[in-house]
Amino acid sequence: MSKKILLDKINVPGIKTYEVYRQNGGYASVEKAMKEMTPDAVVEEVKNSGLRGRGGAGFPAGLKWSFIDKKSGKPRHLVCNADESEPGTFKDRYLMEFIPHLLIEGMITSSFALGANLSYIYIRGEYMWVYKILERAIAEAKAAGWLGKNILGTGYDLELYVHCGAGAYICGEETALIESLEGKRGNPRIKPPFPAVSGLWANPTVVNNVETIASVPWIVNNSGDEYSKIGIGRSTGTKLISASGHVKNPGVYEIELGLSVYEFMNSDEYLGGMSSIRPLKALVPGGSSVPILPADLIYKTANGDDRLMTYESLSDGGFATGSMLGSGGFIVYDDTACIVRNTWNFARFYHHESCGQCSPCREGTGWLEKVLWRIENGQGREEDIDLLWSIQSKIEGNTICPLGDAASWPVAAAIRHFRDEFEYHVRFPEKIKNRNHFVAEPFEKVKHLVSKVIV
Amino acid sequence: MKCTPYKQEIKMTEELMNRINELMSHYPEDKKKSALLPILHEVQDAHDNWLSTELMDKVAEILQILPIEVYEVVSFYSMYNQRPIGKYMFEFCHTSPCCLKGTEDLMDYTCEKLGVKVGEITPDGLFEVKGVECLGACGYAPMMQLGDFYKENLTEDKIDQLIADCRDNKIILHDK
Repeated sequence: MSKKILLDKINVPGIKTYEVYRQNGGYASVEKAMKEMTPDAVVEEVKNSGLRGRGGAGFPAGLKWSFIDKKSGKPRHLVCNADESEPGTFKDRYLMEFIPHLLIEGMITSSFALGANLSYIYIRGEYMWVYKILERAIAEAKAAGWLGKNILGTGYDLELYVHCGAGAYICGEETALIESLEGKRGNPRIKPPFPAVSGLWANPTVVNNVETIASVPWIVNNSGDEYSKIGIGRSTGTKLISASGHVKNPGVYEIELGLSVYEFMNSDEYLGGMSSIRPLKALVPGGSSVPILPADLIYKTANGDDRLMTYESLSDGGFATGSMLGSGGFIVYDDTACIVRNTWNFARFYHHESCGQCSPCREGTGWLEKVLWRIENGQGREEDIDLLWSIQSKIEGNTICPLGDAASWPVAAAIRHFRDEFEYHVRFPEKIKNRNHFVAEPFEKVKHLVSKVIV
Repeated sequence: MKCTPYKQEIKMTEELMNRINELMSHYPEDKKKSALLPILHEVQDAHDNWLSTELMDKVAEILQILPIEVYEVVSFYSMYNQRPIGKYMFEFCHTSPCCLKGTEDLMDYTCEKLGVKVGEITPDGLFEVKGVECLGACGYAPMMQLGDFYKENLTEDKIDQLIADCRDNKIILHDK
C-alpha cells in the first residue's frame, strides 16, 4: 500500500460531517498554523514541501504564494479552482464530495498564510450537488468557530464562500476564473499583471487547484520536509489520478509520485488491467490536452527506461516521444478505439469551449473540428493530414491563454504517432462508415492495407 | 433583444428573493455584480429552467447593472437556457472518455425510445435529449446530468427506469 495523505480517511464512516472529521484530527493544521506559526512560516513549509500545482501546469505552489503582493496594502484573496473540466479529470469532485472539510481546512490554513480575509471556492456549475455539500460544510465550520471574526482568538478574520460557474471549461484558466467570479464572461486576461499583483477586483490573488489546497493541512501538520520525502526528485508528494476508458477499475486513486505506469495500470490495488481481453492501444496520461502515447511508449520511455508517474518521466522525450502528468486524467484506450474519432471528439470539445477572444483559437479550433470530422466520415483528402498539422501549429503559442495550446497538442500527437490511421481513413472510406469501425476489425488487422497504396 | 418568441411568467417569490439577497451578501458592498452567476442559477431553477429577456432584465434591475451585462453572461455560459426546455433534460456527456464506454449508442437508444432527435423536446414537453461536453464523470460513463444531479454507469435498463420515474414524478431536479 502506498502512502495516502488526502484519501487516508476517506473510508471513515461519516467523514463528510464536521464532527467525525474533527474527531479524526481535522482542523489541527489551522490550530497549529495560527497558534504556533507565523503566516510566512507556513509559506516556507509549503515551499520546502516541493508541492506543485495539481491543476495541470505543475507550478511550485510555495513559489506562487511568495509572489503575492503584500506591500500594496490591498485586500488579498485566495481562490480555489474547483472548475474541474478537463476531459478525463474527475478527482477534485471526489475529494470535495466525500471529504469536503479537508478542502475547507486547507482553505483556512492557506488563507492565513497569505493574509487573505475573504476567500472563495469557484466550483463548476454542473457540480451543483457538490456546491451544496460545500455550502453546508462551510456553515458547519463557521458554527464551530473556524471561520468568521477573530478565529481562535488570534485576531485573524476570514470569510469563505462557494461560488458556482455555469458551464465553461475556459473558467479553469485562472484569469478567466477571476473574470467569471466578478460576474462576467470567462475571457482570460492578458498577463502581466499576474493575479498575484492584480487579480480578483484588482486585488492580489492566489488561485490554486482543490488538490493543491487539500495537501496543505498535511504539510503544516507534518512539515514540508516530510512531504518532500514522498515521491521522487522534483515530483514530491502524492497525486490523485482519475482513470477512465477501457480499464477494469476506473475511478479515483491516490498514488505516491514515482509509481510505475505499469504497476498503476496492472496491479489490483489500482486499475487491475484492461477491461476486456482487447489489448492496450494508447494512453492519455494527464487529461485531454496532453499528447496521446502509443502502446510502445507507455510503459517505457524512448530510452528504454521505465515510465513512472512523475512530472519528469511522463514528459521524458518531450512531445516527440513523451507526454505530461497534467491534471492526472488518465484515459486508457484499447484497440477498439479510433484515434481519429477521439481526436475529432476532443477538437469539437475545444471548439465548443474556446472563448472566442483570439482568432487563431476561435477559428482554428473550428477548422480542426471540421477537417477531422470529414476524415472520420470518409470524406477526407490526402492533403488534409498536412492541413491539420499546419492549423495546429498556427494556433499553438499564438493565443492569450493556454487553451489554444491545449487544442493543438492532442491533434499534433495523434498525427505524430498514428498517421497511418489517418491515412487509412482517407484511403478506405467504405471501411469506416460504421461509427464503431474498429470494434469488428481493429486497426492492427487492416494496417497492412495502408502501406500497399501507392500515393 | 426586445422581442422574445416565448412568454414567461416572472415569479420573484419571497423565498427566491431571500436566497438572492443571501448570495449578494457573499461579496463586498461595491462588488455585487459578482453574484450574477449564482443568482442566474437560482432564478432559472425557479422559472422552469430557462431565462427570458424579461427575466434577465429583472436580474439586471436587482443587481443594478445594465441588461447587456446579464445578456452577455447568459449567452456565454452553456448552463443558461434562453428558450423553454423539456422538463427533464437528459444531458449526456458525449466527450471522448464517455464515448469509449458506449455513450453514442445509448443516446441513440434514448432518442429512439422517446421518439425525438438530439435537441428536440417530446410533444408533451417532458423530455429533451442533449449532448454536452465533459461533465467530470469519465470513470462512471455512460452518464448524464439531470437537474442538479448526475446519473452514472447508465445502461439501457437504467434509462428505461429513469424515463418511467420521470413520468411518475419521482425525480427531484433541484436540491433547495
